[in-house]
Amino acid sequence: MGFLEVQDLKIHYPIRGGILNTIQDYVRAVDGVSLKIESGKTYGLVGESGSGKTTIGKTIVGLEKATSGKILYEGENVTNKARSRNKKYANYNKDVQMIFQDSTSSMNPKKRIIDVMGEPMKNYFDYTPAEIKRRVAELLDIVGMNAEAMYKYPHEFSGGQRQRIGVARAVASDPKLIIADEPTSALDLSVQAQVLNFMRRIQKEYNLSYLFISHDLGVVQHMSDDIAIMHRGRFVERGPKQEIYQNPQHIYTKRLLSAIPDMDPTKRASQKVERQRVEAEYDAQEAEYYDENGRVYDLQPFDGDHMVALKPDEPNSSLQNETINTGGEA
Amino acid sequence: MAVERNLLEINNLKTGFRFGEEYHNAVDGVSLTLKKNEILAIVGESGCGKSTLATSIMGLHDHKNTKITGEILYKDLNLIDLNEKLYNRIRGNDIGMIFQDPLGSLNPLMTIYKQIAEALVYHSDLNEKQIRARVLELLNQVGIPRPEQIMKSYPHELSGGMRQRVVIAIALANKPPIIIADEPTTALDVTIQAQILDLMIDIQNETGSGIILITHDLGVVAQTADRVAVMYAGQIVEEAPVEELFANPKHPYTRSLLNSIPHELEEGEELHVIHGTVPSLQKLPRKGDRFRPRIPWLPDEAFDEDPELTEVAPNHKVRGNSWKHFYFEGEEN
Amino acid sequence: MWKTIFRRLLLMIPQIIILSILIFIIAEFMPGDPFTGMIDPNVDPAQIDALREQFGLNDPLPVKYVRWVGNALQGDFGRSFNYKTDVLNVIGDRLGNTVRLSLLSTVLTYLIALPLGIFSGRYNDTLFDKGVIIYNFVSFAVPTFVLALLMVFVFGYNLGWFPSRGSIDVQASGFWEESWSRLYHLILPSITTAILGTTSIIQFLRTEIIDAKTSDYVKTARSKGVPIDKVYTRHIFRNASLPIASGFGYTIVNLLTGSIFIERIFNYSGMGNLFIESILSRDYSVIFVLVLFYGILGLIGTLLSDLILMTVDPRIRID
Repeated sequence: MGFLEVQDLKIHYPIRGGILNTIQDYVRAVDGVSLKIESGKTYGLVGESGSGKTTIGKTIVGLEKATSGKILYEGENVTNKARSRNKKYANYNKDVQMIFQDSTSSMNPKKRIIDVMGEPMKNYFDYTPAEIKRRVAELLDIVGMNAEAMYKYPHEFSGGQRQRIGVARAVASDPKLIIADEPTSALDLSVQAQVLNFMRRIQKEYNLSYLFISHDLGVVQHMSDDIAIMHRGRFVERGPKQEIYQNPQHIYTKRLLSAIPDMDPTKRASQKVERQRVEAEYDAQEAEYYDENGRVYDLQPFDGDHMVALKPDEPNSSLQNETINTGGEA
Repeated sequence: MAVERNLLEINNLKTGFRFGEEYHNAVDGVSLTLKKNEILAIVGESGCGKSTLATSIMGLHDHKNTKITGEILYKDLNLIDLNEKLYNRIRGNDIGMIFQDPLGSLNPLMTIYKQIAEALVYHSDLNEKQIRARVLELLNQVGIPRPEQIMKSYPHELSGGMRQRVVIAIALANKPPIIIADEPTTALDVTIQAQILDLMIDIQNETGSGIILITHDLGVVAQTADRVAVMYAGQIVEEAPVEELFANPKHPYTRSLLNSIPHELEEGEELHVIHGTVPSLQKLPRKGDRFRPRIPWLPDEAFDEDPELTEVAPNHKVRGNSWKHFYFEGEEN
Repeated sequence: MWKTIFRRLLLMIPQIIILSILIFIIAEFMPGDPFTGMIDPNVDPAQIDALREQFGLNDPLPVKYVRWVGNALQGDFGRSFNYKTDVLNVIGDRLGNTVRLSLLSTVLTYLIALPLGIFSGRYNDTLFDKGVIIYNFVSFAVPTFVLALLMVFVFGYNLGWFPSRGSIDVQASGFWEESWSRLYHLILPSITTAILGTTSIIQFLRTEIIDAKTSDYVKTARSKGVPIDKVYTRHIFRNASLPIASGFGYTIVNLLTGSIFIERIFNYSGMGNLFIESILSRDYSVIFVLVLFYGILGLIGTLLSDLILMTVDPRIRID
């Protein structure tokens, strides 16, 4: 059962114009998205820039306001309440944390790591200074850092260390869900591996859930159990990782997967042919997969948990019979 | 096969940045060649010196705080000896450059037309009309739709992919025999990245230019490069044709890097992590094997006093001998 | 663009109304009135009360406000109690002086600041640059009145090179003699103002140029083979001057407001001096019009700055 549920979430921004600066239209950053996050699982959210994936994460932690739709936390409606000071939502605030591409940019540069990490502990658990110190050391140890690091300032760390501190701080309030927005996009390959490993380790240790937001299909595949592919503010496809990667149904998913550069140089020519075939298919069939306004259709069950946004009147069987072959295999 | 003359030959290039009174080499003894019709990829993580190498070839460093020695040979000229005036004849005309951030690398206050035209003005006697025609031709060549209209736009009015096409058009303006592309697709979405890489390969097939592709992305390398040089701490640690490098990586750094690419894991398995961190420029060990601190489990005898880049198979060069003894930590040798 | 201007001008109407009401209320709560100074044993308090009644000072606030607005719309902004003439006349006399002083100061400011900023930005970390930084530190740290007094003391009093008081020699006659006398009186106050005004322009230019030098688009320009001098003129200076261009709207507005300190110390008969004098003599009708005038100028300045920025920076389109 999902402990966090997003139901038909919409986040629209008004476009103003005209003499009186009235609302002319809306940017539909997120336009009717639903998802359920289960405990101990990682939910991958993939999309290109501007697809709305970050906006979803920010709305869950209250950095953006939902226009409509609901966010339910353990059955309780917490929509737009994430930053509420009401005691009623204290648990939600504590249980849902977010890490960003550069976690330390959100940290006060004049505060030492122990102060930064100690803050949620003071707020949520009434720890004494001695307890805070012990706990910070413990958390730093989990992300593979020396306890002495707690007396340093954020700028004294390298990119990989900062992200690990970001993870450690998010864990400090003992959350159930961490929303990770491109947590390793700015990192080098070897450092990325380190951060990803720590994230997985912590997940097991605390039975954490992740909402893992990224444009990097390889990283998402590595981290996630379930995946949703976003385009134009909506989900085009959603389901278990294997299903999405091995049996993609929506043309956009196929296009995205076929664009991932293959690590095998001998497959270069074949991948290019395949990619260009999918591109051509995308151009030819765009009208089949998007309505007349370019909007993605509603998700329909395809196979078990595997949902695809298809034209409502189109029978699924015709698609199932089509042979699907993309270059997205691992 | 006939021995083809190298387009560019770099010998023992050292680029040092000044810190107080001392110079520290970010590029530390790099030798490379680039042939016509070839894409040479230079791969490495941040701080390995790959971008410094590119800016050294273009001569873009500020002379007060940089010291460059060695040779960058192009058409019987050693570029590092050129004065600014002569260098300006080479830049843009013989070597075109593409930068990482397509928004940042275009002047926000200038129209696309002016920015492309600027590349032509200083290297040709074309009149206004001819320049216009050439700009249109270039925009068509890099696959920009409605070039007449795009010409009059400002960079912020274009999408990321379109901007990078404009940057490529600028680099191509004078049909330079050499193009240096520094992380040309890093800031782009994956579908756009694929299009831009295709475009670069197409252009190379058309023009026969030699391309130096600087990147951290091994997938991009696998898809585009003919030859690869892997850099670590200012040095080339391995150099090989692309199929050879991916099929038979030898240097411990190359192998570690390939191993840390995210992929599907078995239960309990973890991604490979390279021990320790990349040392800062000032703290870089200048003696012995620079990768040694990152593979401390290897015995002392595995390392050379002064590891050299030597050919271990046809066209496949590896630095030092540590690769012969290398195994991943926890694995049996 | 025209749509934006029209909309912004439209928006200014409610802003001005609110501003005028606010000032009116504040003025009302100020202690005393023009007759307070007349209270002495020889004057019958009843007589003063009668005067107050006659001038409508005892009417309720809204009545007074509506009356004032009604008059103002007909071009009657009231009379100055101090100068016994129309407020507009009083202001008009001073405005000319202030515009002359500000115009010369502004020209001098840019004449000093632009070359200093440009050269110290381009050749940063040279001896010249360090000199400019020191100059900037000093001009930033020195309070207006200290520098002004110093100028008066050294060049006006000790050396006697320039007049240190007033805006014109009363004995000057004829157009040329008068003009020369005005200019002569302007030299000290305008140089003082200019020196103080250079700080932010130099600082902005210098840092913007240094930033621009390492920007990617400059690298692109250089890798096209554009000669370095052209890179500076075509790319760096233009981009570096954006923040200064946006500040230019306010500079134009400053031409009309005048500097209280400078005008006071040089006893220069301009808007700033008028403002202080009106406050000291509780000449509310003048103060009121001045504050409203400054407020409107502020609004116009913001609009001007936005418009300037819109024309020089294609990224900014407000519509």
